[in-house]
Amino acid sequence: MKTRHKKLALIGGALAILGIIAALVLNALNSNIALYISPTDVAAGKAPVGKPFRIGGLVKEDSVAREADGVTIRFVVTDTAKDITVNYKGILPDLFKEGKGVVAQGKMTEAGTFSASEVLAKHDENYMPPEAAKAVDDAQKAANKHVSPSSLSQPKASY
Amino acid sequence: MKDRFNLYRFASPATFYPLAGKAIPWFIAASVLFGLAGLYLGMLVAPTDFQQGEGYRIIFIHVPASWLSMFIYLIMAFWAAIGLAFNTRLSGMMAQALAPTGALMAFLSLWTGALWGKPMWGTWWVWDARLTSELILLFLYIGYMALTAAIDDPRRADKAGGLLLLVGVVNVPIIYFSVKWWNTLHQGSSVNLTKSSMATTMLYGMLLMALCFWMYTIAVALMRARTIMLERERHTDWVKAELEEPAR
Repeated sequence: MKTRHKKLALIGGALAILGIIAALVLNALNSNIALYISPTDVAAGKAPVGKPFRIGGLVKEDSVAREADGVTIRFVVTDTAKDITVNYKGILPDLFKEGKGVVAQGKMTEAGTFSASEVLAKHDENYMPPEAAKAVDDAQKAANKHVSPSSLSQPKASY
Repeated sequence: MKDRFNLYRFASPATFYPLAGKAIPWFIAASVLFGLAGLYLGMLVAPTDFQQGEGYRIIFIHVPASWLSMFIYLIMAFWAAIGLAFNTRLSGMMAQALAPTGALMAFLSLWTGALWGKPMWGTWWVWDARLTSELILLFLYIGYMALTAAIDDPRRADKAGGLLLLVGVVNVPIIYFSVKWWNTLHQGSSVNLTKSSMATTMLYGMLLMALCFWMYTIAVALMRARTIMLERERHTDWVKAELEEPAR
């Protein structure tokens, strides 16, 4: 084995060990690296107590409402398994929409709701023109109509 | 042995210098052409986005810069490994020539990301895994440049810098896969080798811009490498001959 091949093997070996170390460290830090936890995690008691944290999920459809004071917004964050009601007083980002992703920072209140100090929108990785998005949406709705058993009893759409 | 085609010949600065000089204008031309085509597709042809409207168009700078910031680091780490194993002169010069462009790309990625994050997410910055690891990448570039600049002997500077490059290379897969491994505010990747979740014209615009950034990177890295070569080899005959020749 030539010296330079030995050196190359040494570099490769060192990199492999470094990779394993990094993987172990990151694995140990896993819960600290995550930016937010899901409502299911909160329900399982994984939320830090007495400390602000972030929850993330989707804004539940038809859940966004304004309180009587006109500035406080209430909405439900869901991961489709569990829900958390969030109260927030402030400006919402433009992409905040029902059915879309959201990340909120704040604390749990004694009433079991989440009092947010900051609400951020999390969008998905899809980029397409509005017409294409509408076509996908319609197709999904049509597909749901055909597969869901409840649609059997409904009158056929007329088109 | 003398007549056989020898790849190592190109690792010699005396051969590489004039070759790079001839190649640079072509890479500049290619960069301009790809850039014009990419900007035309991206800014004028590609449709508006269904959720982000016109604001998404910063993607045509953001994604190519981010890709290049990671890719340039991998290339530098490759040169570092070659340099440490085979003790070649050219590899250290190439790594040093690429570093400022890599830092520029990492900075552009973070900066355009912040400009994009404010209107869309609602914040300039958040300490999620993707953003934080990209910031570390920028620090690695700056650290590499500072380290190599602080050591006077270029061969020793290359060795120390190379070691830093190799240690830092674990960060690149962390950046790339961070959006898969952890909960992040940054969305998952829209494009990889097998799938794309972008409309076709948007995708082509982005790929053309990526090619433009690539060609730019190669051109400026070769220019910088030529300067480094002249500086380091100033006592050799070929540099003296090169500099005495009338301007070409």
